[in-house]
Amino acid sequence: MEIINIFFVVVIAPVIGGLLFGLDRKLTARLQKRMGPPILQPFYDLIKLFGKGRIAANQFQLISVSVYIACTILSLILLATGQDLLVLLFVLALGHIMLILGGFSVRSPYSQIGSQREILQLMAYEPLLVFMVIGTYLKTGSFLVSNLMTGSYKPLLISLPAFLLTQIIVMAIKLHKSPFDISASHHAHQELVKGIYTEFSGAQLALIEMAHWYELILLMGFIALLWQTNLIIGGLIAFACFLAVILLDNISARLTWKWMIRFAWTFGVGISVANLTAIYILR
Amino acid sequence: MNILQKSRAKSPWILHYDAGACNGCDIEILACLTPVYDIERFGMVNVGNPKHADVLLVTGTCNKRSARVLKNLYDQMPDPKVVVAVGACALSGGIFHECYNVLQGVDGTVPVDVYVPGCAARPEAIMEGVMMALEKMNQR
Repeated sequence: MEIINIFFVVVIAPVIGGLLFGLDRKLTARLQKRMGPPILQPFYDLIKLFGKGRIAANQFQLISVSVYIACTILSLILLATGQDLLVLLFVLALGHIMLILGGFSVRSPYSQIGSQREILQLMAYEPLLVFMVIGTYLKTGSFLVSNLMTGSYKPLLISLPAFLLTQIIVMAIKLHKSPFDISASHHAHQELVKGIYTEFSGAQLALIEMAHWYELILLMGFIALLWQTNLIIGGLIAFACFLAVILLDNISARLTWKWMIRFAWTFGVGISVANLTAIYILR
Repeated sequence: MNILQKSRAKSPWILHYDAGACNGCDIEILACLTPVYDIERFGMVNVGNPKHADVLLVTGTCNKRSARVLKNLYDQMPDPKVVVAVGACALSGGIFHECYNVLQGVDGTVPVDVYVPGCAARPEAIMEGVMMALEKMNQR
C-alpha cells in the first residue's frame, strides 16, 4: 500500500500538478479575453528547459535546487504515507530555505532582493501552516496523518472552518499569486526581472518548476485533509480553492511586503487563534 | 520532429532588447501581447531575462554603446538560441544609416537568423519572424 502511495506521489503527482498549472494559464488567459496557451504548455516548457545549455553561476545553485525538489517530494511522500505533520512542515521549510540560499549565492541584485522577499513570504505563511497543524492536534490528539485518516472523527472542516481560508492564503503566497507575488511571478516581468529565479536557468529552472508542481499537490493535499473522511470531496474542495486562488490572482494587483506580513499575521493568525479558542471553549 | 524539438517550437521565451529604436517597433512587439494578437497561444512569453530566453528580438539602430550591451545579452542566453532583427533600423540602420554613431544593422554584432522588415514592422510579421526563427533553430 505504502509503495503504491509513494509511486503515485513521485510519478502521478507532477503530471496532475503540471496539468493544473496549464489550466491556470488557460483560465488566466480566458479571464483576460485571450486564447491562452494549450493545457500541456507547462510540459513543453519543462522539456525545453531540460534541453537548454548549461549555464551556472556557481556549483551551489545546483545543490540548492536539488535539495529543494528532494525536500518537496519527501514532504509529499510523508503526507501520502500518513506521517507526522510537524516533520512534514520542517522538511518543507528546509527545502524552501535551500532555494532561498541558492538565490543568495549569486551576486545579481535582482536575485538578492528576490531572496530577501522570499524569506518574508516564508515568514508570512509558515505560522498559518503551524496553526493548522495545532488545530488538527487539538481535534485528534496526534500529529500523525494516519491517525487522522483511520480515526472516526467528523470532517475537520466542520470544527476548523477558518483553516480553509488560511490555506487559500498559504496557497496564494506559496504559488506567488497576486497580491502576494512580491518575490517572483509567473507572469510578465516586473521590476525584479524574475526575482529569486533570475539566475537559475535551463535544467535548474526546470527542477524548480517541477518542485512547484509537487508543491501545488502538497498544498491541495493539506486542504483535502480538512475533509479527511472522503478524500474525493476533499480533493474537490482543494480544486475549488485552487480556482479561487486563480481568480484572486486575476482580480488583484501586487501589494507590498509590509501589507502581506500585516495581513497574514493579523487576519490569518487572528482567525486561526479565534478558531482554536472556539474549540477550547466548546470542548 | 522529436519531442524536444517539438517542445522548443512550442515554448519560445522571448527577450526583447531595444538597441536605440524610436519605440515604434517596440510598441508593435508589445501589441503582440494584447488580446488581439495574444502570442501566448503559441507558448511565447516575454521574459525580460536573458538566462531564461530562447529568442532575442532586437529593434532599433544599434550604436557602439548599445552593441556592447547587445553582445552581453546574447552571450548570457543559454543554447540553443536565435536572434530576430525587427524593423528597418535593426536590419540596416534605416533612415539613420549614414549617421556617424550608427552601426549598419545588428548583424555585425550578433548573428541574426531572421530579418523582419518594416517601419514599423507589423505584429503579424513579427510573429511570423519568430516562427521562422524557431524552424531554423530546429533545423540546426
